[in-house]
Amino acid sequence: MGIYLPIAEISVNIFVLLAMGAAVGFLSGMFGVGGGFLITPLLIFYNIPPAIAVATGANQVIASSFSGALSHFKRGTLDFKLGGVLLAGGIVGSTAGIFVFALLRRLGQLDLFISLLYVVLLGTVGGLMLFESVNALRASRSGAAPVLKKSGQHNWIHRLPFKMRFRASKLFVSVIPVLGLGAGIGFLSSIMGVGGGFIMVPALIYLLKVPTNVVIGTSLFQIIFTSAYTTLVHATTNQTVDVILAFLLMAGGVAGAQYGAKAGQRLRGEQLRALLAMLVLAVAIRLAADLFVTPPNLYSLSAAGLN
Amino acid sequence: MAARRAFAAAVSLSMLFALSPATAQTPPAESIQIGLSTDAISITAGFSGADLTIFGSLENPDPLIARQGRYDVIVVLEGPPRPVVVRRKDRVLGVWINLDSETFENVPVSYSVATTRPLQDIAEPAKYKQLSLGAQNLYMKPADETDSPATIEEFTAALRDRKAATGLYSENVGGVQFLSQNLFRATVRLAPNVPVGTHKARAFLFKSGMFVKESSAQLEIRKSGFEQSVFRVAHDDSFLYGVFAISLAMLTGWLGRLIFRKD
Repeated sequence: MGIYLPIAEISVNIFVLLAMGAAVGFLSGMFGVGGGFLITPLLIFYNIPPAIAVATGANQVIASSFSGALSHFKRGTLDFKLGGVLLAGGIVGSTAGIFVFALLRRLGQLDLFISLLYVVLLGTVGGLMLFESVNALRASRSGAAPVLKKSGQHNWIHRLPFKMRFRASKLFVSVIPVLGLGAGIGFLSSIMGVGGGFIMVPALIYLLKVPTNVVIGTSLFQIIFTSAYTTLVHATTNQTVDVILAFLLMAGGVAGAQYGAKAGQRLRGEQLRALLAMLVLAVAIRLAADLFVTPPNLYSLSAAGLN
Repeated sequence: MAARRAFAAAVSLSMLFALSPATAQTPPAESIQIGLSTDAISITAGFSGADLTIFGSLENPDPLIARQGRYDVIVVLEGPPRPVVVRRKDRVLGVWINLDSETFENVPVSYSVATTRPLQDIAEPAKYKQLSLGAQNLYMKPADETDSPATIEEFTAALRDRKAATGLYSENVGGVQFLSQNLFRATVRLAPNVPVGTHKARAFLFKSGMFVKESSAQLEIRKSGFEQSVFRVAHDDSFLYGVFAISLAMLTGWLGRLIFRKD
């Protein structure tokens, strides 16, 4: 059944979108990520203009992260103070991102930049995760106890000034890296249409040493607001948010997410991470191929005078 | 200069008529009329392209020529003109990047043609160029005319090619059929991504390869009620629209958890 998207201005199949939302929702529930990094490339593969895919992806991420953050809020695994500081940085980064987005769109380099960012980030994160999880799998198979880093261990980040206490995370750390991390994620969120959970989660765990149990809830909490802000700014400056498209993806997504979460409980942590890593790498490779393989068409059209 | 010559020709022609009363008995010239059953089309949620039928009539056709099938009609549905940037990808360090570009002013967003016979059988190519008729003959005005003619030529060709590939420029040979000596029916294609705005339907009458007359009508293509409202709100009240999109997402997230919750 076809449906006409009023902002994207094309007809698409409603079931394809629902299925896409459900599949990504399933995976996001299973791995505890927002799924924006899958939705946006999938929409681009489905011929949705990248500018609209990004803005609508950000809108879609709100639904899945709101749903997830609610569960964590009820379980008490959410650090509002840490989330708030991350958010403050996020707003700044997101604003910068929107300007870069509009500039690139005018120069005709937006598609390239989005693809490059995806390839580099997904490739790096996916590669690191695969490496780490394969090592963990091997270690557990050989019977050796996994080597955990001591929680008291400090690195250069903990020597920075302007320290602040985050009680729920049992953390006493400078606000500079927290704000910086928030800003970086906000920037990516507005350019790539992702929540940034796939970067935020490892960064909080490995760089800031936030206890794993509060990481996902806190990350989701801040993602709600960063992507809400991104959605709002895209809607006002670029008019590229398609609510019909976003709603179809969300509807499929929230349903899929709950089943995915259930399925995720049956898998072990390292297996889950290895699977996610392979998924992330697959998307990166697919996007990289588009950059290097001779395109079937060298020419493209776009409306002139877009801001 | 050309105008003065045309004026002179007109004067001498009228003198000729005045001198020879016999010509007063030549049959009145043929002309063409088209009519649209509606002056507005609404695109609804399920729109996936359509055929638009335009009826028209020939006035004062010469029965002999009509019987020999030497009247040809070309009907064009032309979308609203908009500026377009054509970009070409080139390989830089192995990566395909948009490098060169050319901006064209006033390119019809869509251009559907229906004809009685293949274009090359109806009239000489020069005629089409002169009338700027047919996707291949449309004049695309480059914004920067100082670019080399070869470059402009290349990008113009690419522009036509891309438009044809997306179905926005189409040609329906045999899409115009004579139902009687006077009446014809033209079927032009509306692509699924047909742009909204004021479209212009034009009909060109040819007699034995010579252009005779043109007639035109306007057609408004718009999104139907709901889609149009969404589009309008997104552009006019974009802040409210953004707030709505966010609220909808939160509501969906909350409801989804309530309905499908598994923990």
